[in-house]
Amino acid sequence: MASKIIEVKNLVHSFGDFKAVDNISFSVEEGEIFSFLGPNGAGKSTTINVLTTQLACQQGSASVCGFDVRSRPHDVRKSIGIVFQDEVLDRDLTVRETLEFHGRIYSMPADLRQAREKELIKLVELEEKVNERTKNLSGGMKRRLEIARGLMTRPKVLFLDEPTIGLDPQTRLRIWDYIKGVNEEGTTIFLTTHYMDEADRLSDSIQIIDHGKIIASGTAESLKNTLGEDMIYLETKDDEKAMRVARGIPEVSEAKRTSQGIELILKADGGKTMPDVLRALEAERIATLSVKMKKPSLDDVFVHYTGREMRDAPAENGLPKRRGH
Amino acid sequence: MAREFLTVYWREMIRFVRFKGQLFASLVQPALWLLLFGVAMASNFDSSAIPLPEYPGAVSVDYLTFMAAGVMAMTALFTGLFGGMGLLFDKNWGIMKEMMASPMEPYHIQIGVGLGGATKALIQVGLVMGFGILLGVEFFAGFSALETLVAVVGILTFVAVFSVGFIFLSAGLAMRVESMESVQAIMTLLTMPIMFSSNALYSTASFPGWLQAISTVNPLTYFVNGVRYFALGGDFAAMGTHYQYSGGEIVTSLIVLVVFALLTFVFAWFSFRAAKMK
Repeated sequence: MASKIIEVKNLVHSFGDFKAVDNISFSVEEGEIFSFLGPNGAGKSTTINVLTTQLACQQGSASVCGFDVRSRPHDVRKSIGIVFQDEVLDRDLTVRETLEFHGRIYSMPADLRQAREKELIKLVELEEKVNERTKNLSGGMKRRLEIARGLMTRPKVLFLDEPTIGLDPQTRLRIWDYIKGVNEEGTTIFLTTHYMDEADRLSDSIQIIDHGKIIASGTAESLKNTLGEDMIYLETKDDEKAMRVARGIPEVSEAKRTSQGIELILKADGGKTMPDVLRALEAERIATLSVKMKKPSLDDVFVHYTGREMRDAPAENGLPKRRGH
Repeated sequence: MAREFLTVYWREMIRFVRFKGQLFASLVQPALWLLLFGVAMASNFDSSAIPLPEYPGAVSVDYLTFMAAGVMAMTALFTGLFGGMGLLFDKNWGIMKEMMASPMEPYHIQIGVGLGGATKALIQVGLVMGFGILLGVEFFAGFSALETLVAVVGILTFVAVFSVGFIFLSAGLAMRVESMESVQAIMTLLTMPIMFSSNALYSTASFPGWLQAISTVNPLTYFVNGVRYFALGGDFAAMGTHYQYSGGEIVTSLIVLVVFALLTFVFAWFSFRAAKMK
């Protein structure tokens, strides 16, 4: 069994009266890509800041790479890499100097530092930009440089706080490739994101967090499977009655109202169940206005547990600060 | 021994030579003071019809030479006060987060920035002094080569200690304030009284008591004393005032500046702690 590289027990963190993180516990296996998925303001960054010892651990306990964040913050810092949510670059240093500076403040010996610089610049494909000042890089290049910097000390865990926020779709795909590549080399990845597709595509393990609490966890597959095989969305003339009828169908595991109609969660193949549902409604003389069927997404999982869509969730402090050039 | 502060210093120096405009302005500003204010005031005072008292034995010094030490002080003061303010940029738009999240103890930032600021101040004050001498400032008059060398080393020692004190002060403030606006306000609030309650541009001998009291707790006064002692000797007269410094007084001046630097070091140290332990 893989060992646990991060362990969090009953972590609570408050800012004044506001509980940003409210009694969460989880663990991360060595070598996996672990995602914290949730809307802005859910407590993701607070958790990452406690784990990276940038915020004090107020209540509960947390350990990273076997070191308690409260009693051995120095050792935690030495064994991790961080890619911050905001852009954290000196605009007037070059790409090479940025890595050089990082290696030096982490007391890396010169030969190791230089070898690692070369290797990482190649990894994130910034060879052409080595002597370019960071202010002249595009948003994606800056992000790649920050990832390279996070890897300078070859950390056991790399923390990425919203790694692709504000980047265009193509750049996001490339960043995902780098993250996967880094993970394949053996680095455990802890990432926070409010993008469903990001968590879905990258993670071995996902925790969905909302209002400081973990509301669901598992692999992307297992989370989606809790919602069954398929989902059917219906609009009818009489939703109340339609729900009652639908609940009588054995393949329907759950029926509930949504803002626009009703949602059915199926435990069998939707293509085969759909005609049964429509026939049953017709038999009860309920007029169907529209029908839609889809595979459950992580979005649906979030809606299922919170009753609202993630994009409707409140933003943290206005818009995210990062990127945009 | 941990040497991470050298990395912070290295970065300070890269930025110093890279910001050509800022580098240029920081050199031109004191030169302009010397050229315009110095020459203008000197031509007024030195041609004034009122006979100034003579002090036999004392070297008589013209106004330009007298105030050159003041302009050097102003240069060191500005470099010091702005030296730490770069940290505010790092905090808001730069790599303060990276430094604060690293295993490096935050005092390395403080020492690195302090060394960087002192280096800048030494270069700038050195250049201003050279420019002044070209303009006709009579420093080191009648000194032998060795005496001049000792005097230059003495002046630079004062520059380094003085500027470091103000860098720690501004670095500490930068870690505590949030906006550029508050920085501007604090800078304006500090520079004017420090400059004008000192002996940089005129004698404090005829100040009213309260202003004299301020002048004696003003680090700038001690800095200017040191520069004048090394550049003009321990016995000179300017603008009708007789200045006499003993070696002991100059050592005391240096001690005052060292104590000031230690106090601001402690202030900055606590500011960094507070910023880290959120």
